[in-house]
Amino acid sequence: MRLRNLNMTRDYADDLKLFRTRQSKASIVAVLALALLLPVLLPDDFWLSVLVYAGIFAIGAIGLNLLSGYTGQVSLGHAFFMACGAYTTMMLGTRHELPLPVWLLASAVVGGLVGGIVGPFALRLRGNYLAVISLGLVFLGQHVFENWESLTGGPGGNGSTAPLSLGFLDFNALAVGGRAYTRNQSFFWLVWALVFLSLLIAKNIVRSRPGRAMQAIRDRDVAAQVIGVSLGRYKVGAFVVSSALAAMAGALFATYQQFIAPDSFNLFLSIQFVFMIIVGGIGTVFGSVIGALFAGLLPALVSKYGGSIPFIEQQPGAGGLTVFQVNQIAFGVLIILFLILEPRGLAAVWLRIKAYFRAWPFSY
Amino acid sequence: MTNFLQLCFAGVAIGALYALVALGFVVIYKATGVINFAQGGLVLLGCYLTYNIHQTWGVPFYLSILLAMVACALFGAAIERFVLRWMVGQPTFAVLMLTIGLLSIIDPAVTAVWGFDRLNLGDPWGIEVLKSGEVVFAVKDIWTIVLAAVVLLAFFLFFRYSSMGVAMRATAFDQEAAIAQGISARRVFALSWAIAGAVATLAGVMLAAGAGGVRPDIQYIALIAFPAIILGGLDSPAGAVVGGIIIGLTQTLTAGYQPEYAPWLGNGFNGVMPYLVMIVILMVRPYGLFGTPEVRRV
Repeated sequence: MRLRNLNMTRDYADDLKLFRTRQSKASIVAVLALALLLPVLLPDDFWLSVLVYAGIFAIGAIGLNLLSGYTGQVSLGHAFFMACGAYTTMMLGTRHELPLPVWLLASAVVGGLVGGIVGPFALRLRGNYLAVISLGLVFLGQHVFENWESLTGGPGGNGSTAPLSLGFLDFNALAVGGRAYTRNQSFFWLVWALVFLSLLIAKNIVRSRPGRAMQAIRDRDVAAQVIGVSLGRYKVGAFVVSSALAAMAGALFATYQQFIAPDSFNLFLSIQFVFMIIVGGIGTVFGSVIGALFAGLLPALVSKYGGSIPFIEQQPGAGGLTVFQVNQIAFGVLIILFLILEPRGLAAVWLRIKAYFRAWPFSY
Repeated sequence: MTNFLQLCFAGVAIGALYALVALGFVVIYKATGVINFAQGGLVLLGCYLTYNIHQTWGVPFYLSILLAMVACALFGAAIERFVLRWMVGQPTFAVLMLTIGLLSIIDPAVTAVWGFDRLNLGDPWGIEVLKSGEVVFAVKDIWTIVLAAVVLLAFFLFFRYSSMGVAMRATAFDQEAAIAQGISARRVFALSWAIAGAVATLAGVMLAAGAGGVRPDIQYIALIAFPAIILGGLDSPAGAVVGGIIIGLTQTLTAGYQPEYAPWLGNGFNGVMPYLVMIVILMVRPYGLFGTPEVRRV
């Protein structure tokens, strides 16, 4: 019997495959089909918008995972890069009404460029210092955006209505084959298509030479340098890709929300991204998506069913914890619990379950 | 000239505050190699505890500072014992993310208990001032400067002469060798977190004293201590104080002169000036003014 279905690596080519088994191919097809059908099966605006936000965050989280999970550089600056993308979109999309592909790509390029400028600091500093520097970036960014009133509308914020049509597809209200879809449904397809694109990009980076170099830097940078990995090239490279993805997420965030204020890109947003990659799984690409889904669903559940949890306040000012405080505490507690109990996150839990059923009913 | 002197005094006073916060960071970094993002949370907790003990329970002010210091020290040691102990041997970036998680818990927990309102700490200094010529000195600021100097001196004496201080230095230098010499690394770690908690309380009290009031955004003020320690060097107590004072001076001088001479930098530029200074310093001297350059060997 050929053990084709077992995850067996026989040569390097096997190790580099995008889909290593037939099941993984099949499951990708199944997930894609689910993503295509979900907005039709679940036309509920509340849950669709939760999933759209989760998708937007997933794109950013994939970027942060490339930087922190694969290259070992902790960054708290993700909110800043998201803001870069959001305001590029406001400039090009809202003000100059350039089409969707232009502002989306331009946002990614601007994010990548800013990342490339900040990147050399990452080169000079080792992991922990970068976290502090990027913390400064968040505050500097907020100051700049609050004072650049002509573009951002100052601390009060500004409307953001970039054009959303792509050829005959209008993602504000998709109409295909005589059927009209809502804005949430259309946005769901747009965002999750971009999530899959980002996944593909990230997966291809990590399974090839740059990915191996990045992991070598994470595991032991001196040793990586000795075996010929250029620290500068790959650290800055990881920074550029990660910021570009964050900026793209920011562009979608601004456009979906139709309004942004500079203080939405605060330190807590950056902490949320750290949360996503820890809970999802540090150093796994699809873990970022699981983490983003988790980070999106948790506040949604709290706000929807918070009424039946006793210590959450029912009306503002009535005492008890606000929904925002509950989320913040839950995020903090889960970061700590996951780091202590399951440092490789939900992705590892999933892999364990899969491994268990692969050989089922035998336990090994 | 009077204006300049006034700004300089204010800068040194704010700098002393940053130095107090920064000393808490340094003691943890020195002993355990952890950059503690939750230090701002400890500062916040310290000043609210003092408020609670003094104003709600009616304990005399100085005694309540002492009690809050003890409580916050115990809290710090508890964090080390019940949370960070599990992370021994994990990569430092994981530990750093864990302290970010802690920060994310302490802040909403404190506002959930004490609310968002600005509370009066009830300190004896209030808004009293001393005058020397044209320059006005707030009594609270003088206390802050004296306190920062005393704590720095205490740190110096502790690390130089006490056996526990020497043990801490040894552990920071080489954990395994220290353990081989019979030093309990666990006690060293717990003690460093306890010291950080106690110093954080002092910093919190001085931040909340006078016109400031006890308020949740004290933890963001505490974050400005980051530029101070980066400037001074992460592992140097003296550097923390010098860095704090430089940051304080740049901040007040910016606040004093930037609106007049460089208005295009925007309102509230003094709030982000420290971060700018930090980024420039890191470009020139990555290990700060007094930090130990890291030697990397294969």
